[in-house]
Amino acid sequence: MADIVLDKVSKSFPDGTVAVQDVDLEIADGEFVILVGPSGCGKSTTLNMIAGLEDISSGELRIAGQRVNDKAPRDRDIAMVFQSYALYPNMTVRENMAFPLRLAKLDKETIDRKVDEAAKVLELTSLLDRKPANLSGGQRQRVAMGRAIVRQPKAFLMDEPLSNLDAKLRVQMRTVVSRLQKQLGTTTVYVTHDQTEAMTLGDRVVIMRGGAVQQVGPPQELYDHPKNLFVAGFIGSPSMNFLHAAVQDGELHTALGKVPIGDRVRRELESADAPRELILGIRPEHFEDAELVDDDTRRRGMEFEAPVDIVESMGSDKYVYFTVEGEKASAAELEELAADAGAADFAGAGGNLVTRLSAESPVAEGQTRRVWFNLEKIHLFDPANGRNLTLHEGRAAGALAD
Amino acid sequence: MAVETTTRAKLRWGLLDVLVVVFALVPVLWIASLSFKTPATLTDGNFIPREWTLDNYRTIFDTDQFVRALVNSIGIALIATLIAVVLGAMAAYAISRLDFPGKKLLVGVSLLIAMFPQVSLVSPLFEIERQLKIFDTWLGLILPYITFALPLAIYTLSAFFKQIPWDLEKAAKMDGATQGQAFRRVIAPLAAPGLFTTAILVFIFCWNDFLFAISLTSTERSRTVPAALSFFTGASQFEDPTGAICAAAVVITVPIILFVLFFQRRIVSGLTSGAVKG
Amino acid sequence: MSINATPTGADVAADETSESTGRHATVPTQRGGRRKPPLSENKKAERRLGLLLCAPAALVMIAVTAYPIIYSVWLSLQRFDLRFPDQREFIGLENYVTVLTNEFWWTAFGVTMLITVVTVAVELVLGMGLAIIMHRTLVGRGLVRTSALIPYGIVTVVAAFSWRYAWTPGTGYLADLFSDGAPLTERASSLAIIMLAEIWKTTPFMALLLMAGLALVPEDLLKAASTDGATAWQKFTKVMLPVMKPAILVALLFRTLDAFRVFDNIFVLTAGGNETSSVSMLAYNNLIRGLNLGIGSTMSVLIFITVAIIAFVFVKLFGTAAPGSDDGERR
Repeated sequence: MADIVLDKVSKSFPDGTVAVQDVDLEIADGEFVILVGPSGCGKSTTLNMIAGLEDISSGELRIAGQRVNDKAPRDRDIAMVFQSYALYPNMTVRENMAFPLRLAKLDKETIDRKVDEAAKVLELTSLLDRKPANLSGGQRQRVAMGRAIVRQPKAFLMDEPLSNLDAKLRVQMRTVVSRLQKQLGTTTVYVTHDQTEAMTLGDRVVIMRGGAVQQVGPPQELYDHPKNLFVAGFIGSPSMNFLHAAVQDGELHTALGKVPIGDRVRRELESADAPRELILGIRPEHFEDAELVDDDTRRRGMEFEAPVDIVESMGSDKYVYFTVEGEKASAAELEELAADAGAADFAGAGGNLVTRLSAESPVAEGQTRRVWFNLEKIHLFDPANGRNLTLHEGRAAGALAD
Repeated sequence: MAVETTTRAKLRWGLLDVLVVVFALVPVLWIASLSFKTPATLTDGNFIPREWTLDNYRTIFDTDQFVRALVNSIGIALIATLIAVVLGAMAAYAISRLDFPGKKLLVGVSLLIAMFPQVSLVSPLFEIERQLKIFDTWLGLILPYITFALPLAIYTLSAFFKQIPWDLEKAAKMDGATQGQAFRRVIAPLAAPGLFTTAILVFIFCWNDFLFAISLTSTERSRTVPAALSFFTGASQFEDPTGAICAAAVVITVPIILFVLFFQRRIVSGLTSGAVKG
Repeated sequence: MSINATPTGADVAADETSESTGRHATVPTQRGGRRKPPLSENKKAERRLGLLLCAPAALVMIAVTAYPIIYSVWLSLQRFDLRFPDQREFIGLENYVTVLTNEFWWTAFGVTMLITVVTVAVELVLGMGLAIIMHRTLVGRGLVRTSALIPYGIVTVVAAFSWRYAWTPGTGYLADLFSDGAPLTERASSLAIIMLAEIWKTTPFMALLLMAGLALVPEDLLKAASTDGATAWQKFTKVMLPVMKPAILVALLFRTLDAFRVFDNIFVLTAGGNETSSVSMLAYNNLIRGLNLGIGSTMSVLIFITVAIIAFVFVKLFGTAAPGSDDGERR
């Protein structure tokens, strides 16, 4: 068991590209930290540097207080679970799990005992004599985990360990991983591109983009108080809605109407170099059918009318898609997020709005509906640098904050 | 589809199968049949010998000419195979795993050699080998065999190596293995089947060669069986060598048949993997 | 597109579909999906290792081919007959004139071309049939593949002897099949038998290469064609052949160049008698039997040039992709 410290760790290549830039991160003993971000954000490179599979260009990596930059993977005493599982096809499950122990030259009895223990924890006992080729994806994944836990390393590194599983199994394995980590209390660094995994698994989440850390914090904090546009758009599913907002006469002109602003934001906007155009962000659950809002709540937000495009009933609530007119929000971050989301176009920046309304709402496709939204939950971003202007001392306070 | 049609389809395929098998085996069976015939029945044109005899085999194993050639064939083919597979494996590993200048050139050159008209090399090699005093030696044959087997070995092996999940090497390192242990205990066992298949293909190639064997040898010292066959005269000058030739032919066909019988799958995958890039 | 990806959060299964809104595409900035390009020192070490590993193979191949080829060109410019070593002298292109004005050369060239064209054409058709049988047969696939490999593996000389004895009056079961026996003593029938022997020996190899191409034809494509109402022949010509084209061209290239080298069969079957010599046979006779290194080398160079032209035509005109030419990609 050990803590892991990354001190200004960077990775650059001869052609000048920088894969990882000045990453500072202190991972406490026993902590479960998630590295998340789109492909090419440097999360896997970071993990490989911790593993010792890739050299560190500059900065220092300390495991249990000891500098390990120049140590071979085998001398770092950490175990890794690979996306491809990387099970040795010529060995049985037992031999796979025993492999690190045999390399460590433990005696046969100890090896057997440890393998049996680990197999029991992961419910692999009946599969010990099979070869990996005869296992299902979930079983292989468990063997890979087993191989990592048998030798009780200082830390676990996991490189997208669940991405090759089908949807249902992935959810199951997520709880297995989570329970196992809590049980063993071993420091764990987990890389994923899936924000759902990041939100559900980690004690803390590190969001990376273009080789740099964007924000570090517990999942809920990242969700509620995103530091910038990228974090706001990356975390949450469906993602935050983003609207173009023009600053005019102390108000924000948006497709949802004129949005009032509080003193604090006003002060931000009064400085000379302040942006005249903003991006307004609001999460789907901060909308509600105006009919269902009581007066007390109504006062904290404002209302607008828009035609209903699609209604998806989830049982517990309804996802309602509205078409809104007006200029689209545009920023480099939004394009990147949209590109990352692939063909399913990124919700936020489009001409439509995703809302999550109560199940009782009688909303129907084709009608025009009056919708309320919570002004206290609004985020305002500077399109030039993505900074969240509503953030004060790390807390987001909405548009109206004084 | 109705069961009836499937049966009919099966029958039709079965018929085609039989045709292929007959087409492939008749010449082999014919020469085997000749090898078991007595001199008296040799010319009866019958497919199945009327009188079976092993005399022809006794004859060839009694003559130094054949035994010596067999030893040459086995020795030369084995050595050439070993060297070609080792060198080929090194190059194939580099081609499939490493990034280095001249990779394409190497691939191109080996392709050229694979298509090279061997006869074009006969005259210069004949002359060069005479000057180097390796004409009519094992080395004199092993060298060109390695050269022409290398492209085959490189292609087949790089196709095999590309299928090895190299993540395993990293996994082994994380599990505490040194570079050497990772190779010995994880990668080598996975590469072995590919090496074995390649060795079979290369061996068949060397075993088969005729042109170099008759051009670069002049005595029994290093003449291989295919070349010796064409000089075969039988036990005495006046005896008809047909029976002996056939017996010798059968003897050198046996290893091929064994390879094909036991390693059909491997040979097919080896030959096809190099030809098509997935 | 106005519909977002499935909203998620509530139920477990939907949770996972966040993959579709997911964050897995490549970021257009930075270096795409390539996650682990090596460090510069690593890179250098990698290059060194790569060159080091390839060096032995490359050296052997070059030493045994490149130098002799150059030497062969040098020899071809000399009068050099080992029986009369004193007369060795540089004579420029005289050997080429001698060879190119010699009717034996042109006969042999014609024979070689004929054998090449006919055998490769027949092999393509038979090989395709055999490939389909090996690939699709419902019964005894292993048996068919095993038997087909025998001609491929067997020593050519052995096979040639089998054919020779089969067609020789007296010993042969085939000799009496046509006219008045002794087919190996007449030119046309000799050539036919040589071609038969070649075809028997190399069709399986052709078939294997084609089978590799066949395996690339997606099963769904054939099913789609069937539902679209294509006949078996239409499926073959419109669906399978286009997909297999690269594999076919590679197989043709290999076999054409291989057929052009025909030697073993002729040597055993006719020893080049009745004007059945191929160019390889002729070069061999001049070199080893005649010990005329000058003329022999000239023929070697001419054969080399011809093969180069054939390869060039295949690659440039038909766009044959040389196998392995796409080896640049890394894993």
